[in-house]
Amino acid sequence: MDFLRPDTLAEALALKAQRPDAVPIAGGTDVMVELNFDHRRPAALLDLTRIAELRSWDADGDNGDTVRIGACVPYTRIIEELGERLPGLAMASRTVGSPQIRNRGTVGGNLGAASPAGDTHPVLLAADATVEAASTRGTRLIPATDFYLGVKRNALEPDELITAVHVPATRAPQQFSKVGTRNAMVIAVCSFAVALHPAQNRVGAAVGSAAPTPRRASAAEEFLSAELTSTNQWESPKPLLDSVKRRFGDLVAEAASPIDDVRGSAAYRKHALSVLARRTLGWAWQDYSGKVA
Amino acid sequence: MRVNVTVNGEPRQADDVWEGESLLFLLRERLGLPGSKNACEQGECGSCTVYLDNTPVCSCLVAAGQVQDREVRTVEGLADGDRLDPVQEAFVEAGAVQCGFCTPGLVVAAHDLLDRVPQPSDPEIREALAGNLCRCTGYEKILDAVRLAATRKAAPRGSGAQESGSR
Ligand SMILES: Cc1cc2nc3c(=O)[nH]c(=O)nc-3n(C[C@H](O)[C@H](O)[C@H](O)COP(=O)(O)OP(=O)(O)OC[C@H]3O[C@@H](n4cnc5c(N)ncnc54)[C@H](O)[C@@H]3O)c2cc1C
Ligand code: FES
Ligand code: FES
Repeated sequence: MDFLRPDTLAEALALKAQRPDAVPIAGGTDVMVELNFDHRRPAALLDLTRIAELRSWDADGDNGDTVRIGACVPYTRIIEELGERLPGLAMASRTVGSPQIRNRGTVGGNLGAASPAGDTHPVLLAADATVEAASTRGTRLIPATDFYLGVKRNALEPDELITAVHVPATRAPQQFSKVGTRNAMVIAVCSFAVALHPAQNRVGAAVGSAAPTPRRASAAEEFLSAELTSTNQWESPKPLLDSVKRRFGDLVAEAASPIDDVRGSAAYRKHALSVLARRTLGWAWQDYSGKVA
Repeated sequence: MRVNVTVNGEPRQADDVWEGESLLFLLRERLGLPGSKNACEQGECGSCTVYLDNTPVCSCLVAAGQVQDREVRTVEGLADGDRLDPVQEAFVEAGAVQCGFCTPGLVVAAHDLLDRVPQPSDPEIREALAGNLCRCTGYEKILDAVRLAATRKAAPRGSGAQESGSR
């Protein structure tokens, strides 16, 4: 096995082009488990942790209204430094593993692993995030919606690395919730994220750990967006009708195609998702009503 | 491959390191530092917790090659010569050590917490130690130890009436 240690992104991309079989390693919280248990024996490891460009974030876009987070920024820094601007992502980051895991684990690694249970995915989908991928051929932006292709499969080409994720900054409410057996160190049985986009009169919603890939609950998004807009609630929010919350929850559950496994049955997952959807929507809407009033 | 790393303040070098091996293996098997424990090798138990560039991490999940040119501080590096760190002292006195297997990791995690938050609340202590498992389930005593260490650190040795003779 080779251990490749580039100091710059340019070097890393050149190495990845020469050695498409090299496995990138950032926080190592997924990769090292596979190596320790001999589930994987790659020909080479490509260490990304020496590359300063990947370890910083900045606010880009015309008005600084999008945050570009380098692939190797660990969860702890997202929580401490971006909690105000990216509430949903910070919330999901707080639920990852343990302090030690959050000190090391990264969004780049979560995207690289593309596990259907990865906690950042529902938030990235609901918040309209974009994944930045680069190779020696150039850089491209992949909407999160197009990034997840199958169980642990993503849209990266063999010579590409994830360099950053772009997430629209917002003051509008976002929520993330997951179901698990305890409050720490839990792979989601199922998870859900909701993001209000008042500037676009729209709601984003996505489920995790409930289908081969994380996915948006499009019918639920459309139903709620239309409902809120037709009743003029973006300008003058009122308490949501129970029937609206229930319909939203049902549509979220319908978006899932879960399986029975050791963590939970498919039926339980669907039920739990509808509950998560109703609750998180309730919190987000209460928060929004408070802000508008 | 060769790895150069500063461990507990001293420059160290290891040769013939396998590219896929962990920092935990490097410390225990190549550098003679068995304080950090190997209990799960999958990040679940925290008994391998060390500081990497001043941040607590599971050393079983760091590739040995990733610590080249970096600084590692293990449980062996917390005491000042023969004088235990206040956190170590508090673990002994509070009876927070049973079989002791989880202790090195918990001591490092608690040490980091008190560095960042000198007077943590109980929920803050629980949250900070959520990544460390104690199979002997001595959690109440472990919480006692962290509270004791926080008190000790706030009232430095010799300045408090209850302080003398405790060792
Ligand atoms: C004890 C424990 C608890 C956990 N709890 C959670 C949890 O609660 N929620 C959750 O979502 N996850 C959890 N995880 C999984 C893991 O911590 C996350 O997926 C984390 O985000 C991985 O980031 P990393 O930097 O450590 O990735 P790594 O292990 O370094 O890499 C993960 C994958 O992504 C690839 N990769 C990494 N960076 C890049 C890049 N820049 N470009 C292309 N490919 C890349 C790697 O090749 C690998 O396939 C847990 C893991 C452990 C060990
Ligand atoms: S041995 Fe590293 S976390 Fe258990
Ligand atoms: S004292 Fe035995 S595992 Fe904690």
